[in-house]
Amino acid sequence: MPTIQDIATYAETSAKKLGIAKYDVYGSSVDETSVQVDKGDPKQVKASNRSSVIVRVWNGDGKVGVTSTSDVDPTGMTLALETAQEASAFGVAEHIPDFSPEATAPTAEVPVEQVPPVPVGDLVSTLVNLEKQLLDAHPAIASVPYNGLAQRDINRFYINSAGALRHEARSYASLYLYTKTEEEGRKPRSAGAIRVDRGLSRLDLQGCLQEATEKTISHLNYAKVKSGKYRVVFSGEAFLSLLGAFSNLYNAQSILDKRSLSTPDSLGSTVASPLLSVYDDALHPENVSAETFDGEGTPTRRVALIEQGILTQFLHSAGTAKRMGASPTGHASIGAKVSVGPSFYHVLPGEAANADFSLDTADQVIFIDELQALHAGVNALQGSFSLPFDGWLVNQGERVSIESATVAGDFRDLLKAIAHVEPEVEITPGGLCPRIWVENLSITGDG
Amino acid sequence: MTVATSPAPLLKTNDLLVRDYSAPRDRFDQSWEATLATLLGLGRAAGADFIEFFLERSNFISCQAEDDIISSLSPRIITGAGVRVFLGKADCYVSTNDLSFAGLKVALDKALSIMGLTLPGPATNIAEINLELMRDYASVRGKDNWLAQCSPMQEMGDVLLAANNALAQTADHVQSRRAAYFRDWQEVLVAASDGTFARDIRLTQSVGYNLLCADGEHRSSIGQRSGDTSNPGFLRSWDYQSIAETVAESAGKMLYADYVESGSYPVVMANKFGGVIFHEACGHLLETTQIERGTTPFINKKGEKIAHENLTAWDEGLSPDAFGTIDMDDEGMPAQRTLLIENGVLKNFLSDRAGSMRTGHPRTGSGRRQGYTYAAASRMRNTYIAPGDYSLDELFGSIDKGIYCKKMGGGSVGATGQFNFAVDEAYLIENGKLTKPLKGATLIGEATEIMDKISMCSNDLGLAAGFCGSISGSVYVTVGQPHLKVDSITVGGR
Repeated sequence: MPTIQDIATYAETSAKKLGIAKYDVYGSSVDETSVQVDKGDPKQVKASNRSSVIVRVWNGDGKVGVTSTSDVDPTGMTLALETAQEASAFGVAEHIPDFSPEATAPTAEVPVEQVPPVPVGDLVSTLVNLEKQLLDAHPAIASVPYNGLAQRDINRFYINSAGALRHEARSYASLYLYTKTEEEGRKPRSAGAIRVDRGLSRLDLQGCLQEATEKTISHLNYAKVKSGKYRVVFSGEAFLSLLGAFSNLYNAQSILDKRSLSTPDSLGSTVASPLLSVYDDALHPENVSAETFDGEGTPTRRVALIEQGILTQFLHSAGTAKRMGASPTGHASIGAKVSVGPSFYHVLPGEAANADFSLDTADQVIFIDELQALHAGVNALQGSFSLPFDGWLVNQGERVSIESATVAGDFRDLLKAIAHVEPEVEITPGGLCPRIWVENLSITGDG
Repeated sequence: MTVATSPAPLLKTNDLLVRDYSAPRDRFDQSWEATLATLLGLGRAAGADFIEFFLERSNFISCQAEDDIISSLSPRIITGAGVRVFLGKADCYVSTNDLSFAGLKVALDKALSIMGLTLPGPATNIAEINLELMRDYASVRGKDNWLAQCSPMQEMGDVLLAANNALAQTADHVQSRRAAYFRDWQEVLVAASDGTFARDIRLTQSVGYNLLCADGEHRSSIGQRSGDTSNPGFLRSWDYQSIAETVAESAGKMLYADYVESGSYPVVMANKFGGVIFHEACGHLLETTQIERGTTPFINKKGEKIAHENLTAWDEGLSPDAFGTIDMDDEGMPAQRTLLIENGVLKNFLSDRAGSMRTGHPRTGSGRRQGYTYAAASRMRNTYIAPGDYSLDELFGSIDKGIYCKKMGGGSVGATGQFNFAVDEAYLIENGKLTKPLKGATLIGEATEIMDKISMCSNDLGLAAGFCGSISGSVYVTVGQPHLKVDSITVGGR
């Protein structure tokens, strides 16, 4: 596999040969191994070593063309540059993307421990052991149909013809365990847990096992819930998944495309309860996938999106920042059209609960642990959602699993109906977030 | 008296160092035989029970018009290969971008080592695999020139801009208009240690609209997409004018729609994309992948009644032009027409090679994958409920108060058989008539329960293009059904 310096040289040589004066390249190489097991035996092991790059070429008229490829040898790079050059004839004439003004600015110094990969046999034996412990944890747990343990090394880079050259390497390991129960006369139930860290040796295996076990057991005692309006508590993970689904609220590209719940004038407006403050912080120490630069080479940073309910800043690429008179925020991915997306959320913790907002004392509260099918049940352009969920009906601290139900509403109304933000944050792969209490949400059950 | 001919010279591992195994990277043809037969022989010599190579070249391009500009034109060129090694019923899959003999050998070596096997040492005999004469579906079916016959970049832009203009002329309260097209050309070559050696070219194209309308706080968004797998001139023949009118009409009706009131209702599901209900609620549960995991309630139900007696369903890869049509699957097996359910009785599961090995259900040409980074798995192709004998009037006339689900969104099915899917365009049925538009509905239920509630099928079977994401990535599929009635289903709303 070519090195980043090799790829830079191939690009430079090919560009010169093709008469291309301005270009940039973003790419990555990935080396990963994953295993799944089934009742004590390895079921499938996957390994992959692959590269991909995306090249942008500016033609003589200043228009941009793009091509992505998995062929990063000299032949492949030449073909990619040629194709991008051809595509540049059809590039946009207005708001043409340019190099980020911060593509050579210093990036943050982030201490990152890279953990070397372990032999595949260790992955298999670890997962087999975890599966066994999970099966032994409760007689109702009949199988662990969805399980996986993976490790991955990623090298990513950005180079451009003006001399920018950035690269960084990361290592990750991830584990997921999802059970299925079988009990005579009862419906099958399922629950699970996920962990991500920088390597197998750092993964919280027992924490994942314990969470999967406890959640599974907690769903064995289930009942239908009556349809109606409820006070709802979202777990940190559930709230972040909803926030992510409606990220067009603070996505500058979506706003400029008029495909957002906000407009350019929305900054400074009240979009949520004053109890809510949301940041995006790619460099947060808890972010195991912390990246110091985005797809345009712009350094990443902490961005205040919502502070005490007020929309304070948008996520930007270099292009959206220029159009809106702001600075790039390090949230761009390059492509034929540069896109913008969040990195790692940080929802600030709130204040200690009084009796009204304690799951130990509250009456008839729906606690949503995990939202499902967000790809189908969210209409991000309308602001509406109608989603199945895993959760419990909680009454004076007693939890009964909900058999099957959906929660529905308007996301803008939900943000304003936040009644309480708990003081403890949950650490999730997508960010940090405490439990969020929301008033008066529609629940549809069978009861 | 006859004289025996001498056997072909025997290959030893040392010979690999001096022989030329280079094969062309820009086409998959018979000249790959020596490379792949030798690698497969090496794998067998190492002790693997079965080895399969999957080679892929793809040339993808997408183009998008936003309002009156081409905002995105995005080509992607992919080359890669995957090798799958079985030892008993366990397997591993290794993928690489390197299609040189050395690169493929490295991938094979890694796969073997994962399975606890090692490549044979110096001076070891290699039993080359005798591959069949290449089954070349691309050449036989005249696909070799398809890529060159597709719309060039200029034409893509022209058509999409004209289409967006048609939408502007037709729709009211337009906030944004998008027309998007993609062309996915893929050449694949499969070689396996059972002698399989097959090549195909797939050309998948799709074009569609997404319209967002807004009036004050009222919003509606309607998407529409159609697809094709056999016509290089597909984009040229896109009837965007009439589709623009349909999309504009739907968006206009949904703009001021009320939110649906949650509850349990009888529903009429529209034909075409309404078939997503069967795809999610039943189709996935008939894949042998689900049997292997124990996540389908239909294990051991073959030959038993699992659905209403009025329901018959198929999965096949043969319908001309349909989005899930394939001449061969990604394991080199010709596609089939598979009867899933006949008059409510479960007839067959969908099975790939590994699924067949692990569950005993015969292969059905359903081993599919998104690309070389995935091992094939049992997946649906064109899946639909067969037409019935009822008229539309009879379906609607049987309902006093219910919901007509005219346009479905996406959905999913969980490990316990619970499914859900969104409804993009719905109407209230009152006394057999459609009375007002509704939005925000989600249908939820249990696969085993819903199948017995599909009580009436009309005679207007229609198919629609879709994308299905699962264990082996995203694959192109068709969903389909006639209009049908579900006696009762839970509708999530406000």
